[in-house]
Amino acid sequence: MRILTLIRQVLDAEESVRVRNGAVELEGSKLVMDTMDEYGVEEALRLREAGTEAEIVAVAVGPARSEEALRTALAMGADRGIHVVTDTALDAIALSAVMAQIAKAEGAELIFCGGQEADWDSQALGAATAERLGWPQATWTSALELKGTTLVGKHEADEGSESFEVALPAVVTTQQGLNEPRYPTLPNIMKSKKKEIRKETLEAYGVAPKVKVNGVEIQVKERLKKILDGKDAAGAAAQLVKMLREDAGVIA
Amino acid sequence: MILIVAEHANGKLSKSAYELATAARGLGRGDVAALVLGSGVASVAGAAALIADQVLVGDSAELAQYDAEIWSAAAAQIANEGEAEVVLIAGSRSGREYSPRVAVKLDAPLLEDVTSLKDEGGVLHAEHYTFLTRVTERVEAKAPVVVVTVKAGAFAPAEPGTVAAEQFDVDLELPKRRLVVTGSTKEKTGRIALAEADIVVSGGRGVGTPEGFVQLVEGLADQLGARAVVDAGWRPYSEQVGQTGKTVQPKAYIAVGISGAVQHLSGMNKSKVIVAINKDGDAPIFKIADYGIVGDVKEIVPAMIQELRK
Repeated sequence: MRILTLIRQVLDAEESVRVRNGAVELEGSKLVMDTMDEYGVEEALRLREAGTEAEIVAVAVGPARSEEALRTALAMGADRGIHVVTDTALDAIALSAVMAQIAKAEGAELIFCGGQEADWDSQALGAATAERLGWPQATWTSALELKGTTLVGKHEADEGSESFEVALPAVVTTQQGLNEPRYPTLPNIMKSKKKEIRKETLEAYGVAPKVKVNGVEIQVKERLKKILDGKDAAGAAAQLVKMLREDAGVIA
Repeated sequence: MILIVAEHANGKLSKSAYELATAARGLGRGDVAALVLGSGVASVAGAAALIADQVLVGDSAELAQYDAEIWSAAAAQIANEGEAEVVLIAGSRSGREYSPRVAVKLDAPLLEDVTSLKDEGGVLHAEHYTFLTRVTERVEAKAPVVVVTVKAGAFAPAEPGTVAAEQFDVDLELPKRRLVVTGSTKEKTGRIALAEADIVVSGGRGVGTPEGFVQLVEGLADQLGARAVVDAGWRPYSEQVGQTGKTVQPKAYIAVGISGAVQHLSGMNKSKVIVAINKDGDAPIFKIADYGIVGDVKEIVPAMIQELRK
């Protein structure tokens, strides 16, 4: 079986966000593989370690530097990479058209994708890719195993969680808690340098953005910082409740 | 036509449906049709008739349980038949799950989890958060039909009118369910849904034990009619599930025994008011708090519950 894991390179969550010329400035900041995508690579590796014969292919669409994120996936244990090199920023619906074409060409049967991407705050890529392929999807997956050709797992619904079964081929989107991604070991990092990353151009896929971005703003809301000393617990609690009622008007 | 897909739960139209109605009216593009999908949804359709110009009702056993493929097929079919220019879907977990499929089926752009929406000469302009809600991005889309998911709490709920709009039953061509749900664990009943909570009380490491969580965090939440959540990195993931990736924009976010920045609930940093209770006065949480108490949560929180009972 061939498993695709979709990889996006994003700003490290610990980094501060800066805006320049109407866009978030990424140069000079620490960029990493999206944590959500790490769960996907890890889960693919675990399916293989549990006995499923699989080739794991990491796929990224993005500028030249995205290769670093692909290398991380290869160092974790993915077998090879595909990098569609482009500086064009694609929205999730447009990007899904590239992903679906790659999945078809590769004959993939299972795709892992992040539940919510850290730079877009988008949850659309997995579902849109599944739709284009005519596959079902399991989103926000928190547990997964493969029994024959059926995925058995747990995922989150609007209220509470559900156990599910779905036959391959399928798209699975991840969430925190699906697994604990491994750190690449030094020998695996060395090995990953020899692994193949196939370079392609976006033009080959005939895809253009569907949404135009007009600008970004960082909104820092000034906070009041009215902090009380809690040595007198009852007194401080009474004062806080009074402030929330009368000044902030947030409680009845 | 503007199509809104009206969510409901437990026989009641969800708050999000009223918010979608406001977002739809704000576009000023004519009739607003509400699509209600489910089984035995007459009362929900009746409620939707008070906020829309017409209600399209898909009421069948196949629709008793949500499914991304079935919901997206229904919404896309109705959008096509009604020549919808905009399809508005709630920014709930399910809404954000099936909306991308609707966009692909309609070959439409998707604007996700918008906090504002307006029509400028036939072009839809919206804002939404990016970079873990730290950035507001302005976007636009121009197409014969655009699919939009709307962030919970971003629009004021529409006031129901007094005259009920006409209702129509629709025939839907629905695909077979492929993701089979074999069991479910509902959240505790009687507690308010996270997306609908005006106040969220979040408990962190400083709460100490699971018993402490129940007593302090849930105790305070119950007293306030609020929703209790677990801070990331404290309890096992299994207790946080149902929270990650959910968007909230409560009026008040009360952090109990949390020292660091809070990222697990998308949108919490946009809360109107942030309140922090922590024993360490140098904790970073106080830098983003409007109100707070430096003190022992085991003393402060019970005192607050006492005070609120008065």
